[in-house]
Amino acid sequence: MLNINDLHARVEDTAILHGLNLEVKPGEVHAIMGPNGAGKSTLGNVLAGRPGYEVTGGSVTYKGNDLLELEAEERARAGVFLAFQYPVEIPGVSNMEFLKASVDAIRTARGDDVMSSMDFIKLAREKCKAVDLPQDFLKRGVNEGFSGGEKKRNELLQMMLLEPSLCILDETDSGLDIDALQVVARGVNALRSPDRGIIVVTHYQRLLDYIVPDYVHVLAKGRIVKSGGRELALELEKHGYSWIDEEVA
Amino acid sequence: MSENIDQYLKSEYSAGWITDIESLTIPPGLNEDVIRLISAKKQEPEWMLEWRLKAYRAWLEMKEPEWAHVVYPKPDFQALSYYSSPKSMEDGPQSLDEVDPELLRTYEKLGIPVHEQEVLAGVAVDMVFDSVSVGTTFRQKLKDAGVIFCPISEAVHEYPELVKKYLGSVVPQKDNFYAALNSAVFSDGSFVYIPKGVRCPMELSTYFRINEAKTGQFERTLIIADEGSQVSYLEGCTAPMRDENQLHAAVVELVALDDADIKYSTVQNWYPGDAQGKGGIYNFVTKRGIAHNRSKISWTQVETGSAVTWKYPSCILKGDDSIGEFYSVALTSNYQQADTGTKMIHLGKNTRSTIIAKGISAKQSSNSYRGLVKMNPGAEGARNYTQCDSLLIGDKCGAHTFPYIESKNPTAVIEHEATTSKVSDDQLFLCQQRGIDAEKAVSMIVNGFCKDVFRELPMEFAVEAGKLLEVSLEGAVG
Ligand SMILES: Nc1ncnc2c1ncn2[C@@H]1O[C@H](COP(=O)(O)OP(=O)(O)O)[C@@H](O)[C@H]1O
Ligand SMILES: [Mg+2]
Repeated sequence: MLNINDLHARVEDTAILHGLNLEVKPGEVHAIMGPNGAGKSTLGNVLAGRPGYEVTGGSVTYKGNDLLELEAEERARAGVFLAFQYPVEIPGVSNMEFLKASVDAIRTARGDDVMSSMDFIKLAREKCKAVDLPQDFLKRGVNEGFSGGEKKRNELLQMMLLEPSLCILDETDSGLDIDALQVVARGVNALRSPDRGIIVVTHYQRLLDYIVPDYVHVLAKGRIVKSGGRELALELEKHGYSWIDEEVA
Repeated sequence: MSENIDQYLKSEYSAGWITDIESLTIPPGLNEDVIRLISAKKQEPEWMLEWRLKAYRAWLEMKEPEWAHVVYPKPDFQALSYYSSPKSMEDGPQSLDEVDPELLRTYEKLGIPVHEQEVLAGVAVDMVFDSVSVGTTFRQKLKDAGVIFCPISEAVHEYPELVKKYLGSVVPQKDNFYAALNSAVFSDGSFVYIPKGVRCPMELSTYFRINEAKTGQFERTLIIADEGSQVSYLEGCTAPMRDENQLHAAVVELVALDDADIKYSTVQNWYPGDAQGKGGIYNFVTKRGIAHNRSKISWTQVETGSAVTWKYPSCILKGDDSIGEFYSVALTSNYQQADTGTKMIHLGKNTRSTIIAKGISAKQSSNSYRGLVKMNPGAEGARNYTQCDSLLIGDKCGAHTFPYIESKNPTAVIEHEATTSKVSDDQLFLCQQRGIDAEKAVSMIVNGFCKDVFRELPMEFAVEAGKLLEVSLEGAVG
């Protein structure tokens, strides 16, 4: 479903991705690990079409089409979802209003009927429960005054409501205590399905105890430098990233 | 960020067409003869003419105010025409049926209910076209309730005692440069009187439209709510797109007698000029109300139009326990400049005032809030709460806050809160990543920002105001 081929990208004047290759098939869960500053978030942002991220080479196909051709909102409507590492606040716009607008836009693009407000509220409340967020978070401004963990759970809530085809989670586990981590893992596992691809960017192997990936990749200096199965994450934990640096060098 | 946002910010003014109608317009220029001519056209009694001339003589001695945070070439007052009337109005239509259909179509095109049978919410409408009122709906029904709602030019003839007593009682002729000019040359506007204890059976509204080129519009509105009465009044304004600036200098006076309640809402959408800052209305307005014992005056305004706005709807809280409110959304885009706010003058005991002002600036525009809260020595136990928020879209615009506080009573309490925020690229990207296009995202963010004010508008106008913001910001982001 996702084919990244020799991808080069820059942010402002800095080249960050230097020939990255990755293939994600439906049903697969890929974990991407790597040191700080390796380009993990850049990859997510490039895939989501964030303004300011310029692709300078290579290609990305998604469900057989050129993903890079699409505007950010078109990618979202085509089923690409990015759970942000640092979710922003939108004061004054209630979470409920925001979620409804989002779900409406995506359902409309898919050719589904727009949900009635009543049905939507019911659904949103249900999903709140699933991610362990109190319902009054629906009435608050988007991420307004949320703690770090609440913001991450709010990202997950959005993902569950939108039911995307390709989920990219950018360090959704960072800064979470073990209980919250399990909530996130449960949510992601619930979304695992034969027609959905999932990319989990993480810094810590402990998340992979709960979300067991099919593949683990190491991203360093703008490229995937090593790929393997679940065991690669354990090795990384044991030896640290310097071990990779030595191997690649 | 501004680059993204800018590409979506284009100016679309949907009320910018011109009605092709024959007008009688007095040649440009201002002197006593012109004032006599205006007065004669309206067949005014002598006292009215004298009142005008007194204002004119005062105006000659006055200087244009320069303290506002706006920059514009000063109008050439001798190049303006001070009176313009659709020719078909010359003999004065006796009822709506006699009004020129072309004129009525103008209002219909603006979405204003002009035929009584079509009116949804039961809103009575007075339509002011250039310098004259062209029709007022529901007059009979209002009359049955004892409510007077008519053009002020007519009130001068029909209700001279009320006009004499109250005209200029809140905004004196010499109040300020533009108020004096208005007092000298005002042509039409609405007059409302709600008798004792009457709750006005419907919303009253006036739609002002400037059509003629090179004319000024100087309307004058006077609303008197007698003891224990209640009224909600709405004004709307539009003008064609023209390259030259047009002057609009209105005066609105509200009188709330004991226990009365006046709610005055404005949706101001005068032509703002084009994306290069050419053309647009100069909107220099004096609005003030006086609140007697236990009465309440509430101003709500949504200001999206005009090239330059200079406007401070104010309350003089004269009576004990009286209440003043000011809820405002002012949006500026392109090269628009707004300097707007309010004055709350607390004279009576236990008077209370609330100010909620929301300024939204986009593109190269400048948006200033200017507000005065004054507690006089007699204002025992008075309170004010002011909240003043600015939202910036892009990084070439400006927002400014000029709060003035004068307290001469130690028991009075004044609270002031102010915030400034920005619509950021990150917020827009979050919305886009969730499938929401940037335009919708901006309108959602802006509407969220304005919620506290929209809540104060009559229902059907709240929806309209939301739409208006959307149009004014059309294409606001990327
Ligand atoms: N907006 C930006 N402007 C310039 N450099 C950036 C920007 N965003 C990220 N970078 C740089 O790009 C590199 C990769 O960043 P990022 O993708 O966030 O790494 P990771 O998520 O793997 O920690 C870092 O060196 C970072 O400083
Ligand atoms: Mg990162």
